[in-house]
Amino acid sequence: MMRPLSALAVVVVAGLVLLLGYGVLSNGPTSSITRALAAGERPAAPAFELPRLGGEATARLADWRGKVVVLNFWASWCGPCREESPMLERWHRRMRRAGGTVLGVDVQDVTADARRFIREHRLSYPMLRDRDGESAALFEVLGYPETLVIDREGRIAAARRGPVDEEFMTREIEPLLEERG
Amino acid sequence: MRRSLVALVALAVLAAPSVVAAARCQQTTIVDLEDEVMCPVCAMPLGLAREAPQARRERAFIAGLIESCRSKDEIKDALVAEFGPAVLAEPAVGGFSASAYVVPLVTGAGILGGVALAFARWRRRTGPGRPPERSVAALGDAERRALEAELDRMR
Repeated sequence: MMRPLSALAVVVVAGLVLLLGYGVLSNGPTSSITRALAAGERPAAPAFELPRLGGEATARLADWRGKVVVLNFWASWCGPCREESPMLERWHRRMRRAGGTVLGVDVQDVTADARRFIREHRLSYPMLRDRDGESAALFEVLGYPETLVIDREGRIAAARRGPVDEEFMTREIEPLLEERG
Repeated sequence: MRRSLVALVALAVLAAPSVVAAARCQQTTIVDLEDEVMCPVCAMPLGLAREAPQARRERAFIAGLIESCRSKDEIKDALVAEFGPAVLAEPAVGGFSASAYVVPLVTGAGILGGVALAFARWRRRTGPGRPPERSVAALGDAERRALEAELDRMR
């Protein structure tokens, strides 16, 4: 027969173990986008609505439906973001003529720093602001920068977990620009 | 003498605005704040994120607000406006984060329950309700003889 104190201790320890297990499982990393892309699929891009950087108006990802969207998650304090931004600007100018856009999402950043970054790099593509990283989480973003390429039908066609380069942009974007939605 | 008096007056005039400003501005410090706010990207309190680039920018942002005489609460509000409520180093009240509140409560209740149980058992063993121990005089003849024999054997 178990003594009441021992029974209480067992119940408390079992409860803590269950809680720990739940925490580990519920916070575990997911990589369903990467898995789907590796399997040759194009998963639907999660919907989100965010304020425009430095403004009150909001914008939804769906507002760019029908265009090829290079969705770039960045922050002003991120060194690689600084390095890739001139290339993104070049590609934005190039894509604009062919029905595409770069869409920047500044994540968990000081607004004034982000605006200075945009001025310094003369970035002309649209910018949204994700103050607490919710949209970044939807796209399973783990670090900065990360870029997802979305086709004209709103499906994710490619992802780069790190800074983009010319080779990635050419390989992933040019075929999409030729696709008609 | 007169020259030093003039210098003293000049010094007082120069120092006056900063003294007034200091009196007007009850400044907080980064050290005071950094264990109460998070570095959101590093997912740790700002005080522990020494070298992370985002933590450095956050500190610079806070320093700017301190310079402009903002109170601790105003700075926290500004941080929430920039980074969302998760920037405050307080666990959320829902989901798994609620365990930060639930676990100490459950553990505290368990400890209190255990102590109460142990105290009750101790009282039962030693308290006034316990029957008095029998004296040697209360022993029967056979018991007394057995006791004497046992004591003799031990001597």
